[in-house]
Amino acid sequence: MTAPLHETSAGESTATADTAPDAPGTPENSGAPAKAIEGRSPWQIAWTRLKRDKLALAGAFVVVFLVLVALFAPLIVGLLGHPPDEFHEDQIDPLFGTPIGSWGGVSSDFLFGVEPVNGRDVFSRIVYGARISLLVAFLAAVFAVVLGTVLGIIAGYFGGWIDAVLSRVMDVMLAFPQLLFTIALVSVLPNELLGLDGSGVRIAALVVVIGFFGWPYVGRIVRGQTLSLRNREYVEAAQSLGAGRLYILRRELLPNLIAPITVYATLMIPTNILTEAALSFLGAGVKPPTASWGQMLSTAITTYEADPLFMVIPGLAIFITVLAFNLFGDGVRDALDPKGSR
Amino acid sequence: MTLMSSQRRRIAAGALLAAATMVVTTACGGGGESGGDKGKGGAAGFNAGVNKVANASDKKGGELKFIGSQDADFWDPQRGYYGFVWDFARYYTRQLVTFKAEPGAASTELVSDLATDTGKVSADGLTYTFTLKDGVTWEDGKPITSKDIKYGIERIWAQDVLSGGPIYLQQVLDPKNEYKGPYKDTSADKLGLKAIETPDDKTIVFKLPVANGDFLQMLAMPAASPVRQDKDTKAKYTLKPFSSGPYKWESYTPNKSLKLVRNDKWDAKSDTVRKALPDKISVTFTTNADDMDNRLVEGEYDLDINATGVGAAARQKVLQQHKGNVDNPQTGFIRYAVFPQTVIPNIECRKAIIYAADSKSLQTARGGPQAGGDIASNMLPPALKGADAKADPYGKLGGAPDLAKAKEALKKCGKPDGFKTTIAVRNNKKIEIATAESLQQSLKAVGIEAQIDQFDGAQTSGIIGSPKVVKDKGYGIIIMGWGADFPTGQGFLQPLVDGRFILQSGNNNFSELNDPAVNGLFDQALKETDPTKAGELYKQINTKVSEAAVYLPFTHEKNIIWRSSRLTNVYTADAYNGRYDYASLGVIK
Repeated sequence: MTAPLHETSAGESTATADTAPDAPGTPENSGAPAKAIEGRSPWQIAWTRLKRDKLALAGAFVVVFLVLVALFAPLIVGLLGHPPDEFHEDQIDPLFGTPIGSWGGVSSDFLFGVEPVNGRDVFSRIVYGARISLLVAFLAAVFAVVLGTVLGIIAGYFGGWIDAVLSRVMDVMLAFPQLLFTIALVSVLPNELLGLDGSGVRIAALVVVIGFFGWPYVGRIVRGQTLSLRNREYVEAAQSLGAGRLYILRRELLPNLIAPITVYATLMIPTNILTEAALSFLGAGVKPPTASWGQMLSTAITTYEADPLFMVIPGLAIFITVLAFNLFGDGVRDALDPKGSR
Repeated sequence: MTLMSSQRRRIAAGALLAAATMVVTTACGGGGESGGDKGKGGAAGFNAGVNKVANASDKKGGELKFIGSQDADFWDPQRGYYGFVWDFARYYTRQLVTFKAEPGAASTELVSDLATDTGKVSADGLTYTFTLKDGVTWEDGKPITSKDIKYGIERIWAQDVLSGGPIYLQQVLDPKNEYKGPYKDTSADKLGLKAIETPDDKTIVFKLPVANGDFLQMLAMPAASPVRQDKDTKAKYTLKPFSSGPYKWESYTPNKSLKLVRNDKWDAKSDTVRKALPDKISVTFTTNADDMDNRLVEGEYDLDINATGVGAAARQKVLQQHKGNVDNPQTGFIRYAVFPQTVIPNIECRKAIIYAADSKSLQTARGGPQAGGDIASNMLPPALKGADAKADPYGKLGGAPDLAKAKEALKKCGKPDGFKTTIAVRNNKKIEIATAESLQQSLKAVGIEAQIDQFDGAQTSGIIGSPKVVKDKGYGIIIMGWGADFPTGQGFLQPLVDGRFILQSGNNNFSELNDPAVNGLFDQALKETDPTKAGELYKQINTKVSEAAVYLPFTHEKNIIWRSSRLTNVYTADAYNGRYDYASLGVIK
């Protein structure tokens, strides 16, 4: 295949307002691995930049930590907590339903205290809640990115009525009341679907719904980027050498889109975490007794005066996770975008 | 990059919001002390108004200030169905008979109100004759006649215009629904209902096709209040009912405020029930229940008109710092789980659920012994005739689950390793969800895997109220609560367990119990005019219901209700589901 020189496009970026102007560097990576021997590949350059960004590294560290926590939840809880669904009513004042111990019942036995009314271990529920949050956020992001990339690239490359139709569809999707739709959808979902049951159905529904409403954001960026790339010389060269449309899409355009897609996917995860928390808060999330941060926040409302810590802890968990992903995502964007402001 | 950065700002804002929420709520948690003293001075003591009168006083004057988070469904006496409306309605309506102004269980006794006595009943129980008192008048001074009462009752038939209220009188007086209601009445005086006769302005005669021992209870409902034909504004009547009681309407803005002033035409000598102490009565409606609790504690208002109990947020503060301002009465509600027989047909499997349930944990989930209520072991509330709170066929009063018996029952059921089922619970009731989680947890111990399905609480009658939906969705356990419309076994139990009350929509007999013996006992009890004898029959019914193992009662519900230090003559009335008897309240000591 042809290996377009990235210099050709570096100076004349026609990126529109909603596209990420960080594509120029990328073609080398896929196009000509041999060149990496003498110079540094754009990915290496990006990595060097990322390493210099302390905030981004801190974010990355927290993200890795959270992923490990989620992966090894049963192990961690086995060592430091109690099963997440186990009731500990001996820790609860039966008259008020609040923890007996001060600070929400925090002790060496219950690191983050106990849940009001039933005395479940807050630590274990936070750890297991991380699983739900990250799982839903990651899968939804993947779903949105795949759908957004495919449809965005088609719209941008083929143009004409295909572009018109897909762009309008994206506009409609962006205007759609996602929360209301999800709440309505979840209430009519059956308990068992395609071999999944209980929380499985809900998790699948959350992933599909959040991902489905997230793709137009990716789609618009990919479409804009594709529009600016499709008339480049290397694409024309490929066309004149007789390359098929599918080949051009896959081998000429897609590699140039990897960078903006990566950036967007990273920044999409924290949004998804918040959406999942909001849906759980509203009762449209996973089913009880499965732990989720949003659901914990919503339960905490009734006892926030007597037991504020029970509200603070899931709130902090959401806050820290979202912040970490944002810092990391910002760093990735800055690293991949040579013309960034910082 | 505009899109991306605006997106980022949104995320950052979201994260900030989460952080801000925590800061704000922590701040609230720390500031719970303010205004503590105002409410405290002169508080009558914990439970001072339960089964006895707190701050007895006959001094008139002042303004009684109600606050509430829920406006009435309808203030129109024929349309209101909310319990607090029935209590409040005594301010502006009178009935032939009404509940006695006494604390606790004594309140369920019926005494004469507009009538000179509680009626003369024919030997066959089919004819009730009442004579009206002298000096009973409307707010414009005109006398209340027997025709006004008949017209008021006839309005129940006009369900197309005046929906919402209880239709017991219609079912008892005109079971075939032949009368078309006063608005479609072709007779000149619009008094075409044959079952009620008004030979003169002072006499009213009811002729029942079938005897019903609770007929007087139905006449005590606000739905049996008189309405004067020339003042009937039909659907708009709810905005300004024409008063026959001690107070009349001054102003009303729905969901905002309601003000009543004295009706100077009301003659205290004609009324042995209503004390009419305050000069003014005001009701303020707010949407924020937590804020309402705080304003009550600060002494801005006297009591919560809805009387649904102090919210969980303020409960601890109220019980620890203002216990003297709190009453903790029983509401007459039972909170329970019910097992549809179409989904769990085997009685032993149902028994396994009952044995495995942890009553203590369920009680805690309901709010504990004070805010939740006492552990219940059978399906008849203690305030009703025939109730026996000690009857405990499944050993639930001890609080602990009986795993050995549960496993034994599972073996008999042929599922020694347990089974799978679904718990249906309303999604808008946090406490019920907590109860479902508790039940789920204790059932797990014997291998019963219950999945919790939260359904839209606003769609109750179409979801769990439909036996078909219940079967299709596989709801083996439904979590609900029930309170009686009138304080007898018929009012409480019949809709729940009489097989002839199974409906295709809006059903309340969720277990679909249809036992000819139970149904027959109801027929006997209905004919019985002696409440004590009827109580014996309801006791038998209750025992049979327990034997069928279709109900797992959680609690006899209790409420923590706020009583301001200003209030005088305060007592809870079983007849009004443990609310205070509003007609007796005053505010001057």
